[in-house]
Amino acid sequence: MAITDLTAREMRDALRRREFSASEAAEASLAAIARLEPQVKAFLSLDGDGARRRAAEIDKRLAAGDSVGLLAGVPVAVKDNMCTADGQPTTCASRILQGWKAPYNAHVVERLAAEGAVIVGKTNLDEFAMGSSTENSAYGATRNPWALDRVPGGSSGGSAAAVAARMVPLALGSDTGGSIRQPAALCGVVGMKPTYGRVSRYGLVAFASSLDQIGPFGRTVADAALLLQAVAGEDTRDSTCVSDKDRPVPDYLASLEEPVRPLRIGLPKEFFGKGLDPGVEKVVRDALAVYERLGAKLAEVSLPHSTEYAIATYYIVATSEASSNLARYDGVHYGYRSPDHSDMIDMYMRSRAGGFGDEVKRRIMLGTYALSAGYYDAYYKKALQVRRLIRRDFEEAFKTVDCIMGPTSPTAAFRMGEKTADPLAMYLSDVFTVSCNLAAIAGLSVPCGFTGDGLPVGLQVLSDVFTEDRLLRIARMYEREVQWAARRPPVCEAAS
Amino acid sequence: MSAADLVPTIGLEVHLHLATRTKLFCGCKVQYDVRPNSSVCPVCLGMPGVLPVMNAKAVELAVRMALALGCTIPDLAKWDRKHYYYPDLPKNYQISEYDQPLGVGGHLDVETSTGAVRVGITRVHLEEDAGKLMHDEHGGNFSVVDLNRTGTPLLEIVSEPDIHSAEEARAYAEALRQLVVYLGVGDCHLQLGQMRCEPNVSLRIGTGPDGKPRYTPISELKNLNSFRSVERAVAFEIARHRQEYLADPAAYTLENLGKETRGWNDDEGASFLQRSKEEAHDYRYCPDPDLVPFVPDRKWVDQMRATLPELPAQRVARYVAMGLSGEIARELAAENLIGQYYDDLTRAVPRLKSSGDWVSKRGNKVCHDWILQHVRRILNEQKTDMGTFRSVVPAERLAELIQLVEEGRINRNTGVEVFNEMFAANKPALKIVEERGLVQVADTGAIEAFVDQALAANARTVEDYKSGKKAAFGRLMGEAMKASGGKANPQLVKEILLKKLGG
Repeated sequence: MAITDLTAREMRDALRRREFSASEAAEASLAAIARLEPQVKAFLSLDGDGARRRAAEIDKRLAAGDSVGLLAGVPVAVKDNMCTADGQPTTCASRILQGWKAPYNAHVVERLAAEGAVIVGKTNLDEFAMGSSTENSAYGATRNPWALDRVPGGSSGGSAAAVAARMVPLALGSDTGGSIRQPAALCGVVGMKPTYGRVSRYGLVAFASSLDQIGPFGRTVADAALLLQAVAGEDTRDSTCVSDKDRPVPDYLASLEEPVRPLRIGLPKEFFGKGLDPGVEKVVRDALAVYERLGAKLAEVSLPHSTEYAIATYYIVATSEASSNLARYDGVHYGYRSPDHSDMIDMYMRSRAGGFGDEVKRRIMLGTYALSAGYYDAYYKKALQVRRLIRRDFEEAFKTVDCIMGPTSPTAAFRMGEKTADPLAMYLSDVFTVSCNLAAIAGLSVPCGFTGDGLPVGLQVLSDVFTEDRLLRIARMYEREVQWAARRPPVCEAAS
Repeated sequence: MSAADLVPTIGLEVHLHLATRTKLFCGCKVQYDVRPNSSVCPVCLGMPGVLPVMNAKAVELAVRMALALGCTIPDLAKWDRKHYYYPDLPKNYQISEYDQPLGVGGHLDVETSTGAVRVGITRVHLEEDAGKLMHDEHGGNFSVVDLNRTGTPLLEIVSEPDIHSAEEARAYAEALRQLVVYLGVGDCHLQLGQMRCEPNVSLRIGTGPDGKPRYTPISELKNLNSFRSVERAVAFEIARHRQEYLADPAAYTLENLGKETRGWNDDEGASFLQRSKEEAHDYRYCPDPDLVPFVPDRKWVDQMRATLPELPAQRVARYVAMGLSGEIARELAAENLIGQYYDDLTRAVPRLKSSGDWVSKRGNKVCHDWILQHVRRILNEQKTDMGTFRSVVPAERLAELIQLVEEGRINRNTGVEVFNEMFAANKPALKIVEERGLVQVADTGAIEAFVDQALAANARTVEDYKSGKKAAFGRLMGEAMKASGGKANPQLVKEILLKKLGG
């Protein structure tokens, strides 16, 4: 079995048994990237030298019998909206940050280093994480490893594709309205958005601060758990990150194999309504039948505000915060500055006009409008009120069920260019995922089969705040019953 | 409507730097005298991905100030983003407090030449300062920015429009500064930009047909670098409004023209238009999602209120109750440390051993005389501050010196010399007196000898005196003192000299 076919956990254990070295693991990952990257285009930058250096250090520690971290020697990819002070750029897939090198490491990057992970590169995304297909990247689109003419989803499409194509066993993404779960579903991998506040956002370039959350991608639930374990926990540099005292980080792997019994699964009828692709629905219903067979009780729940108003609420809250967060990209202090300008205001305008892509501009304009005097109450304030109602929907639901399930995305991976001309159709890709961010709860997408066209489908599982341990166990119960994780995407078959 | 019916109506917005060691959202030191852009980090530079973390000390100082102004501390204060584009503001938004500030509804009592005025405080809130943009200093067609000041904790105190003259505006600003320094909330050096006053000036034009008061447009005045400029600028603006209004009463109104921002040119003594109503920003305020709202613990607030130091007005009142004149009470209370020193001294003096009845008879007066004359003189001459002075000459040491003088062991002039040396050499009074042999001679036999010596050596002067030139007495007095090496008790010298000359 090739090293790249191992899961992160298998790889980590094999490294500790010295079956192969961290350097060999890094080389295997770099070789897979070299082979597949021309077709998949998952990465914005690669750091082969850095990866080799870090792997050699881990080997030295392993040889010396020193203690090594949770992820010692495991290659990991990081979405390119997380700051790395390793000399590699942090671009957010935007022209406005072309070549910008962060002078500091994101908290999660520090955590990865502390746990011995070997970061091999930074992955592609929709510019500033705004999009659902990774087509909004200033540096070209990423392809879905299951069908190269299709999108990997987004915005963390590069991370999802890199894990699906077995370039790396683990990757970090960020999820503001589904940007981890939707590409995980479309690429046939596990992706989790933890509870807001579980993982520090320090060093994650902000899109919508009250919604953004960093989370793991892996091919298995255990790998996602492992990566979450490495990055979760207190960081005093993020005031919205919970303290270990208030919310200790559980040992996610220790309890993973324990099924949740009894298990009450809520099915919101709103998640099975119009717009849902019948092929996707069938696969999801089959997965639910597996849970039933395992003894779970399925019950309909109502989330009245969570689909009807979720998209509208989301696109007001997220764009408002984005218009504020992205104000700093002005060509003055760092990043792209338009070479020709007549005065300061002109410099601002030309730099922003030339530095941002269309979707980012569209969202900045929407958000600017929503926050403007005279409109604030009707839009932003109203959206915050609806957001509280959405949160309440979930609170009510979680009184009677342990989790909520449904399709992660209404369709499987769509063709490249299919939705780029219609922003609203693109926004509807997030219809099932955005309410999780608005409610600040935890959510996960686990592969649950394939459509007739051979495209992966994801089952979304949502659970209450700070119940990631139970959420992982619920996903694992299902995963044990199926073999989806063993399937290799065609791009890997063709290459090997 | 005549000119006399136009009532100046003025409110002040005051921004001041809080005396924290570090900035509001990061660990960078607040420094004024360092190389440009040397006290900065990714957070205050507003780099992508950074997050602010609230400085707890800044919140504490802000609450302390709000409490000293008698404000209510609401149950929740939140942080908002105020958006505008300018190169000295790296995030292009300022973190401030918009609609839920941490202090509301207080007041400050201000002394003026025409009596006390109570000025209402609308709100007190915390925000971050911006950097500094410098134009054309390098001769080129560009500007440079220094971000050392970016993120410095700034307290904004907004008054009600309860101020009705330029003098009151200045007095309010000065009283506010005194309070801030008293509380240790800020240093308020205006020339360092640690305190910035922005008066909002308008004239009330009587009432409109709806019964509501009408006003001339509001002028917000900026770049006032001294209390004097506050007074001058407000006076100028009142006069300018009067003139503008009388020239065209129908047009020059708040409804028509709204609010404008004006700068102040101190050299020309005139204000100038910076921004009119049409150019006003839409700041697009929104709650800052990176910070959690401030929900003060009520017990903590009560404790903060209970541990406020004695405020200037309270201290003046206490001194007056002690029998001091209002003028002296205000002088002593002007600075917190001077007042404290006075209190220490008046406690130290009665603790002296064998202090005699001078303590009860004139102890307090002696104490404030020393402070207002000699301590203040030393502070001026040595260009030092009360903190430094106090660390060299604690009140207990000055009390010892006072005792030496009051009990006649050294004379008053010697006392002043000893005092100077106590500060210069950091020595107790008695040690200086002993080292230099300065103990006053009160032995009449010895003094008679000094007087005789003086009379013998100055026969001409004695003649002058006897022939009616009274001024000669002073010269003889001086000669006798000189003969004693300055140590003779002057009262005894005078008595003996008079006796000998008259006898």
